[in-house]
Amino acid sequence: MTITGIAAIGAGLAAIGAGVGIGKIGGSAMEAMARQPEMHGKIQSSALILAAFVEAVALFGVVAALIV
Amino acid sequence: MTLNTFKSAILSALFLATSLSGFANENSDTQEDKEFNAKDMIMHHVKDAHEFHIITLHEGKENQKDISIPLPIILWTDNGLVTFMSSEFHHDDTGHTIVEKNGMKFVKSHEKIYQLNAGEDAVEFDAEHHPTNAVTPLDFSITRNVFMMWVSILVLLLIFIGTARRYRKSEDNVPTGIAGFIEPLVVFVRDEIAKPMIGEKKYRRYMPYLLTVFFFIWINNIFGLIPILNGANLSGNIAFTMTLALFTFIITTFSGNKNYWKHIFWMPGVPVPMKIFLMPIELIGIFTKPISLMIRLFANITAGHIIILALMSLIFIFKTVAVAPVSVAFSLFIGIIEIVVTAIQAYIFTVLSALYFGMATEEEHH
Repeated sequence: MTITGIAAIGAGLAAIGAGVGIGKIGGSAMEAMARQPEMHGKIQSSALILAAFVEAVALFGVVAALIV
Repeated sequence: MTLNTFKSAILSALFLATSLSGFANENSDTQEDKEFNAKDMIMHHVKDAHEFHIITLHEGKENQKDISIPLPIILWTDNGLVTFMSSEFHHDDTGHTIVEKNGMKFVKSHEKIYQLNAGEDAVEFDAEHHPTNAVTPLDFSITRNVFMMWVSILVLLLIFIGTARRYRKSEDNVPTGIAGFIEPLVVFVRDEIAKPMIGEKKYRRYMPYLLTVFFFIWINNIFGLIPILNGANLSGNIAFTMTLALFTFIITTFSGNKNYWKHIFWMPGVPVPMKIFLMPIELIGIFTKPISLMIRLFANITAGHIIILALMSLIFIFKTVAVAPVSVAFSLFIGIIEIVVTAIQAYIFTVLSALYFGMATEEEHH
């Protein structure tokens, strides 16, 4: 297998990791919002920030895959 | 008033989305004989360039015509400063058109300008893609990214000077016109970003920077989505995001108080071996924060551009119109998501900057 093939697999794995992470954040945020609708705004903005953190890790993977 | 601004926001979003599908027409009659290379096409759109290429008419035919805005090329060579317009290369990016200035020969190959050695008339590369018979002069050219940055600065100045004038005119500080659109955004940055992240007492000092970063990133993200500007991919340029992240880093470092540095070098409330163990981790943390800011914005915007272009390339890879409805629909869908992402990425960058400022200025409370 060539190095680009391995890089593509790496990018895919990073995407899986980010998918699991953002899914967990989204699920918990939804639950929290259903339980406490009055906290809706705060939960949403912190969920967005956390999603950005998780996503950044996946994007590091993508960038690493682009470089090789 | 609010309903009006909301309506115009929806309308402009729809306009952006529909104009994205214009990409299909733009590329549809290209390269009938040549093998289509999706990677080259995408990289050409995403990367910086020395001219502002808008459209190529009759490509591959005798009356081929490139419509583009020429931009100035500024080079610092061994014999001093050399300037000329990029139109002198006649849209050539393969290194065949030679421009002679002050007795020096220049060629452009893959958006890089090489100065040929005496007696040579084509640039040659070795295995590591270093030129063997040419040198690369220092390139200070006004490239299309620099050009787009100036355009966005101009647009921002027009918007905000207009806003300021509205306030000066009105007697009771009621926002009218453009001010009615800008005021909620400024209040949003103040109440949702600066106050909760930095704190009531200190947020005022950081407001100018946070507002500037928010609007500058947002408007450049939006410009990146307008197809006719053809890859005005400024916020997807790592040098641009690095500069912004560097500003955040400098402001964080210089506004750090005693409490902030104590948490880095001698973490309070943990045993001594743990303090020593945490010190290098926290030190690295100072630098990884701006680096992650840089990569996040760059990779998000670039990935968005690549996805839209790759979906469009599917038509030419499969060489059938039957794929067109699918790829147009999907890139429209991604395009609408990207419109949301323009705002979200500007928001995230601003929030995280504010968060770092807040960490740097936090008072001791235990």
